[in-house]
Amino acid sequence: MKIEEGIINIKVTDRDGDERIIQAPTDMSFNLMEALKANELPVEGTCGGMALCASCHCYIKSDHDTGEPSEDEEDMLDQAFFVEDNSRLTCQIKITEDLEGLEIELAPVS
Amino acid sequence: MIQTDLLIIGAGPVGLFTVFEAGLLKLKCHLIDVLPQVGGQLSEIYPKKPIYDIPGYPSVLAGDLVDNLMEQIKPFKPTFTLGEKAESIEKTDEGRFLVTSSDGTVIDAGAIAIAGGLGSFEPRKPPIEGLTKFEGHGVDYFVKDPEKYRDKKIIIAGGGDSALDWAIELADVVEELTLIHRRTSFRGALDSVEKVMALAEAKKINLITDAQAVGVKGDDNLKSLVIKQKELGEIERDLDYFIPLFGLSPKLGPIADWDLAINKNAIEVDTFDYSTNADGIFAIGDINTYPGKLKLILCGFHEATLMVQSVFKRIYPDQKLSFKYTTVTGIEGM
Repeated sequence: MKIEEGIINIKVTDRDGDERIIQAPTDMSFNLMEALKANELPVEGTCGGMALCASCHCYIKSDHDTGEPSEDEEDMLDQAFFVEDNSRLTCQIKITEDLEGLEIELAPVS
Repeated sequence: MIQTDLLIIGAGPVGLFTVFEAGLLKLKCHLIDVLPQVGGQLSEIYPKKPIYDIPGYPSVLAGDLVDNLMEQIKPFKPTFTLGEKAESIEKTDEGRFLVTSSDGTVIDAGAIAIAGGLGSFEPRKPPIEGLTKFEGHGVDYFVKDPEKYRDKKIIIAGGGDSALDWAIELADVVEELTLIHRRTSFRGALDSVEKVMALAEAKKINLITDAQAVGVKGDDNLKSLVIKQKELGEIERDLDYFIPLFGLSPKLGPIADWDLAINKNAIEVDTFDYSTNADGIFAIGDINTYPGKLKLILCGFHEATLMVQSVFKRIYPDQKLSFKYTTVTGIEGM
């Protein structure tokens, strides 16, 4: 993977099991949900990023530190399905340089 | 039968403001919404969140914006059908529309404005194989009448206020109540959480945490539920009713079958007046799509304003419409 300043690479496994690498800028205060949508991945992000709909649910596959989910995020995950220990709402993950090489998988939709 | 000039499907901010702009042209409006309250997403999802891009309001809470819109449209005396979904549509020989709701209410309107936002809010259904087969045969997504569950064995799933509140309320009614939840902590109101814990202590509620329902079994009626618990693995519990309470999520719903041009879950419109491909049916706000579309309340207000001009011309083809400023004419009844 080529490392560019201000851009990180994220490996995404979609719901068909296909893998692709997307690039996301670190200097535009993007969250991961926005980066996924910008790359036309099938993530709804219905609530616009307020941790209020769970339609951007994914699994963190690599051991990057994405921080602890907030109580609001946990509350919303309670209303989601297929929730695992590595479940996160991507709208609550800020794109930073520390996330270079992050690997995620989109959770199924019910 | 309800008769109106303009039937607005969806009582969110854009649907509500449509009443104002239509009212200026003396058009009567009726609104229908699947939710029991007005305000759409603003009331259902984020009433306490601030909105910063409403012109003239540096910051306004979503719930307050809804209250203000209701105040603003009061002079035009809109009527409402709440808690019912717009199900089917039929065009009469006179070119009017008959819309029938999920509860059988019929509304006769001269034009239709779909201001459906994200779609109609429906209960989130857990992805359990065969679950839908038992709907009405042991699976309920709402509690309508607690008496239905008297002396029955029920299992409620969920960790929010509705799951907690119903667990508390039904604990005294049912023979056996089990509450299952994904985590060990609950997000509901502290008071409700404490009550549930006390009821669990008193063995009035079986509490199974770190667990989720994964399977349903039965013949014509639901007989047992398979639950996956972190330590215990898969366990099975006999029951009469399973009530999953995971909140509501929006779905496009029956409108998808109304022969409208749809592109990625949104209705295609002409930006001249936000008309759809069906004569007399318009779509405004988050539910429509056109080149350059932005899903903003602000844009929905603009769309509503232009739309009602064409609605007027459709209903009163022989009358002339002259544009007036509210500052000059005032609002009758204010």
